[in-house]
Amino acid sequence: MRAAGVILAVAAALVLQTTLAWYATRGGAVAIDLVLVVVVYVALRSGPTAGLLAGTLGGLAQDALASGGITGIGGLSKTLVGFLTGIVGTQFIVAQSVPRFVVFFLATVVHQAVFMGLYELLDARHFGAPYAAVAEQALGNAVIGVVAFQVVELLPGAVERRRAMKRRPRG
Amino acid sequence: MPLLEYRQRSGYLFLVVMVGHMLLISAQVNSRTGVPVLERFTFGVFSEVQRAVSSVVMGVSRAWDGYVALRRTREENDDLKRRLAAAEIQVQEQRALADRAKGLAETLELRKSLSFTTTAAEIVGGDSVPGFRTVTIDKGTGDGLRADMAVVAPAGIVGRVVTPLARSAKVQLLVDRNAAAGALVERTRAQGVVVGDGENRLLMEYVSEVADLIAGDVVVSAGIDGIYPKGFVIGRVESVEKNGPAYRRITIRPAVDFSRLEEVLVVVTPPAPNEGERGRQDAHRAAPVDRVPE
Repeated sequence: MRAAGVILAVAAALVLQTTLAWYATRGGAVAIDLVLVVVVYVALRSGPTAGLLAGTLGGLAQDALASGGITGIGGLSKTLVGFLTGIVGTQFIVAQSVPRFVVFFLATVVHQAVFMGLYELLDARHFGAPYAAVAEQALGNAVIGVVAFQVVELLPGAVERRRAMKRRPRG
Repeated sequence: MPLLEYRQRSGYLFLVVMVGHMLLISAQVNSRTGVPVLERFTFGVFSEVQRAVSSVVMGVSRAWDGYVALRRTREENDDLKRRLAAAEIQVQEQRALADRAKGLAETLELRKSLSFTTTAAEIVGGDSVPGFRTVTIDKGTGDGLRADMAVVAPAGIVGRVVTPLARSAKVQLLVDRNAAAGALVERTRAQGVVVGDGENRLLMEYVSEVADLIAGDVVVSAGIDGIYPKGFVIGRVESVEKNGPAYRRITIRPAVDFSRLEEVLVVVTPPAPNEGERGRQDAHRAAPVDRVPE
């Protein structure tokens, strides 16, 4: 995966995260993190280096856009998740939907643990007992991630088949 | 091998990025003291470096001062020792001067309280023959001194002038074997004669056997000998012993510490008959009973 593609993917995720996802939840707590989904996706597809760079880029961008937060915590969390996911992707076969689902789910849990843990550690923000919210987001990210993989993997073939069907003479 | 190198590069990159994130976070977070964590961390590390550098510098400096720069220490030490000795001598001189001033002040106080004329004198010498208890004072006939003039001190009677010269005089102390003074016991008014024993004690003789005398009684001059003014403290009764059928031997501890005597007053005018009691009262003020050594 080329760097430009990673940057575009992260940018797209940010745009979607701040527009569609926000509208989808009517201004409430967003249950999915599209940037994290992109980071995990890039890490699984391209390895730890791409994963940590995508995480750094996406995380810092999110931190910069967030108000009242500490710039760097999101970046660090996503960098760590991207790197670890990349290692997992190189060490294990994660080509099926279920393993991908698990990876997305666990990546979200780890990300939230690091993200919230750092805020709590620095006494900058308190999250109470966010187990349900984390589980909800992990589930949502996992579903979105698996779907994204399926779409990306199946979309070229479907397009090709559709084109082939158009070229076939009707008889 | 290429895979390993790839992983190593990823690891290094990961570390660099993570450290960068931590620095970024630390720069924005204040510690409990209000100082940014990054600044605190940086200062902490830098201060340790400063401490280490300072330790090295101080170590070198101490080594230099402790070994290399000690070449002149011996000379300095000798010089300081000489200075210290001189300072100690000076301190002793100052202390002696202070003691002398104190003694003079007491003498002056006594002089003010007396109704008769006195001349202050300083003891400049002691007795030259063992067994004789005399001292030499720095005043003589030129200052109005005559023989048999009483010599007193703030604590009490000292003795009498025996050999006046032009600028000095010999004073016979009351503890001399040949010294004597009319005395009476202040509490009971019992009379007797106080004589010296040649050492540091006085004996009160010719005291009636029926006289009430106990150890601790204050003995003062009776003023009947024509030398000592009446009422001056001589000492305290130390012991009372029988001495023959009619008299007792009474040992008196002198009120004056002759070994520490430095300044005295010489009574240059004999007390008038009606001044005896007044002189006694003044003497009591100058040498109160509670100041008489036990």
